Amino acid sequence: MNHTDGEQAMEPALEYVSYDFALSRRDFVKATLGAGLLLVVPATAFAQQKESGQRRRSTFLGTGARNVAARIHFGVDGTITVLCGKVEGGQGARAELSQAAAEELRVPVERIQMLLADTSVVPDDGMTAGSGSTPRTVPAIRRGAATARNLLIEFACARWKAPRTDVEVRDGAAVHAGSHRSVSYADLARDGSAAKLLDASIPSNVALTPTQEWKVMGTPVSRPTGREIVTGVHRCPSDIARPGMLYGKILRPPAFHAELLSIDLAAAQAMPGVVVVRDGSFVGVAAANTQQARRAMEAIAPTAKWQMTTQPSSRELFDSLREHAEGGAPVNPFAAEVKTGKSLRREYHVPYIQHAPLEPRAAVAEWQGTQLTVWTGSQNPFGVRDELAQTFHMPEEQVRVVIPDFGAAFGGKHTGEYAVEAARLARVAGRPVSLRWTREEEFTWAYFRPAGVIEAEANLDDKGRIATWHFVNINSGPNAVETPYAVGKSDCLFVPSAPPLRHGSYRALAATANTFAREVFMDELAALAGADPLAFRRAHLEDARLRAVLDAAAEHFGWQAKSNAGIGLACGTEKGSYVAACVEIEIDRTDKVIRVKRVCEAFECGAIVNPANLRGQVQGAIIMGLGAALREEIEFENGRILNGSFREYRVPRLEDVPEIEIHLVNRPDLPSAGAGETPIIAVAPAIANAVFRATGARVSALPVRV
Amino acid sequence: MDARITFTLNGKPQALTTDSERPLLEVLREDLHLTGAKYGCGEGECRACTVLLNGEPVPSCLTTVGEVRGQSVQTIEGLAQGETLHPVQEAFLKESAFQCGYCTPGMILGIVGVMQKNPQASEAEYREELQKHICRCGGYPKYRDIVSRIAGTGTVKARV
Repeated sequence: MNHTDGEQAMEPALEYVSYDFALSRRDFVKATLGAGLLLVVPATAFAQQKESGQRRRSTFLGTGARNVAARIHFGVDGTITVLCGKVEGGQGARAELSQAAAEELRVPVERIQMLLADTSVVPDDGMTAGSGSTPRTVPAIRRGAATARNLLIEFACARWKAPRTDVEVRDGAAVHAGSHRSVSYADLARDGSAAKLLDASIPSNVALTPTQEWKVMGTPVSRPTGREIVTGVHRCPSDIARPGMLYGKILRPPAFHAELLSIDLAAAQAMPGVVVVRDGSFVGVAAANTQQARRAMEAIAPTAKWQMTTQPSSRELFDSLREHAEGGAPVNPFAAEVKTGKSLRREYHVPYIQHAPLEPRAAVAEWQGTQLTVWTGSQNPFGVRDELAQTFHMPEEQVRVVIPDFGAAFGGKHTGEYAVEAARLARVAGRPVSLRWTREEEFTWAYFRPAGVIEAEANLDDKGRIATWHFVNINSGPNAVETPYAVGKSDCLFVPSAPPLRHGSYRALAATANTFAREVFMDELAALAGADPLAFRRAHLEDARLRAVLDAAAEHFGWQAKSNAGIGLACGTEKGSYVAACVEIEIDRTDKVIRVKRVCEAFECGAIVNPANLRGQVQGAIIMGLGAALREEIEFENGRILNGSFREYRVPRLEDVPEIEIHLVNRPDLPSAGAGETPIIAVAPAIANAVFRATGARVSALPVRV
Repeated sequence: MDARITFTLNGKPQALTTDSERPLLEVLREDLHLTGAKYGCGEGECRACTVLLNGEPVPSCLTTVGEVRGQSVQTIEGLAQGETLHPVQEAFLKESAFQCGYCTPGMILGIVGVMQKNPQASEAEYREELQKHICRCGGYPKYRDIVSRIAGTGTVKARV
């Protein structure tokens, strides 16, 4: 059995790009700045090769805030700044974390300034990934804020020599019940004892405001930076400019794993104002604007000679994954039972797909002596800091990583190679360098959602119930590999393989693949049992929360009343939240097009922290799920991506969007779970099941085709 | 080859000397520090780089700076009148019609372009423009709702 809890299961092994600036290099790096000016940079400024598998210092969960002062800064002018290591990439962390602080500090949410992800000042709250901000960081912020509120009460009690029961905090001030005297957080900040008071550690058991008393949490607080967004003045990482900044370009190999044999840099070196860097396989240029950098790169790239490696193509992907399954594809331990009665054996395929965030990877790097500052878009600020520190052989304290609110990630921005590349160029240039990957680079050199082969086998007992269940995911991951249904005997496994492409996290990760395969298999088993897909699921569902969303989706959709052939449903659970979707489709058999007309999704993630943002996340996940269900698939051949552009890799657009109904099931009695991921998992299998019902032809692969 | 180029930018004369083959997007962002127009694909497929050229929404990644010589360019930074937002900006802000916000300036200018050209433009005309824009966060239902309230009126009607 594979274990699906713990940090390892939350994130797949991240494939870092390990730049090796020390192995095959000479004692210095030569660079020309302008025609003829030679810079010599000592080799010790750059990295030694990292030992493979070396663990980075930052962790998935982070260390959190050491004390109240590390979490909240109270200004003598009344400002309240909350410090947090999470990032905002459109998922709504900024609003939600502000609500958490405002709730416990007893201040209006507008009073909170939320300072996110500047590693020089914020606590390490871990990666912004795995739907972790809501269940872990919101409580961490609340504990810090509740502790601060208690400190204010103690401060007031001491000042007034009043019992604690006579003092309460409202609207940012401790108020004495009898005398109506008050003392604010700013008063506390002005007091000589403030530094000592705020040095207090944050107790893990500090009392938090009960859900039924929430005033700020549970309300639809909007994005604090909305005005900057609609006026175009918000600066994403790719918008950051520094005085004297240059723009970089990196030489990319013509195929994965190609080794640079030789290159003639002379043409770029002769260009005025162009900085050229070669260090082993790393070749980059920087110039006063992107056009000049592009021209310089275009002048030298054709002179590069490469050692190429033969690699598999997407046509043989699934054979290759199965063939390289570690230890071979496991056999079904229930093989003997499967031979009796009704049984099914199926195989499902899930291709590589891309996150394609609208802002490609970007970083601005600036050196001041031995201090390095990088502004970049990443879900892993402290991880990027450590990656930079290791690559350039520096203590972490000399590296500052700042993550401005950026143009989305969806699990795709966990590593920091673009920050390393920008810093490598900036080091030689002696000036800040902005590196912005092109869309083609993003489609090629970023990582992909893992492809997978899923083998499923089950048999039914004489009452039409699932007696044995064998489910094996090869390569794509362990998330949601276990079945949530009550079955007789179950054996669910994840088996790693040898992936031909660099893969990593994605929205809901392998829960997309595993839920697709399981839910499609469930419909086939329902057909085998002669049962309605809804009734068949309900007969196997003991999990009350999953059952509740399935019932909600089916009821609002009108499942029972519909005889329409083109309907399908699916449900699932991942990371502590629950989802069910019903869809209605139309098939154009001439053009072989599946048109989704309606999606009705029910979602439950415990107590809802921000209903407006939650609705946006669910809606966005449904639409992203439509792309993966119907169109998205990375094609590759011999180390080259064949459809690496928005022209060829079609992501959902306005006219692809069906009528969408979202039913949020609020459970104030339960802890809040994250919601950025799970709402995506039911979409693709519901569509596949609708196609199966409409055509009778079973679906065994994504994207779904007719 | 560097050339002196003059054009009208957000209602004011703008002059610069640069390579006229450079994409307008890069000149706006790198030389003029107007970063509201974003790079998303470089081939006009996502329209995050939309600006108004003589009132018409165009992808600034495919427009060279030489092509706008003597023309009028409007970027998102020039849309609000002082502190007063354009009604389309106001609608996006009020509806929180953004997630990461990277496509937002282009979306807003696309809608404003259709609106300025024909205040009576139909919903289909707005949707035809929006179909060119990619919002990877999937905020389309909100944009659809906003243009349904603009269509035929030239302003943004209150939600009924």
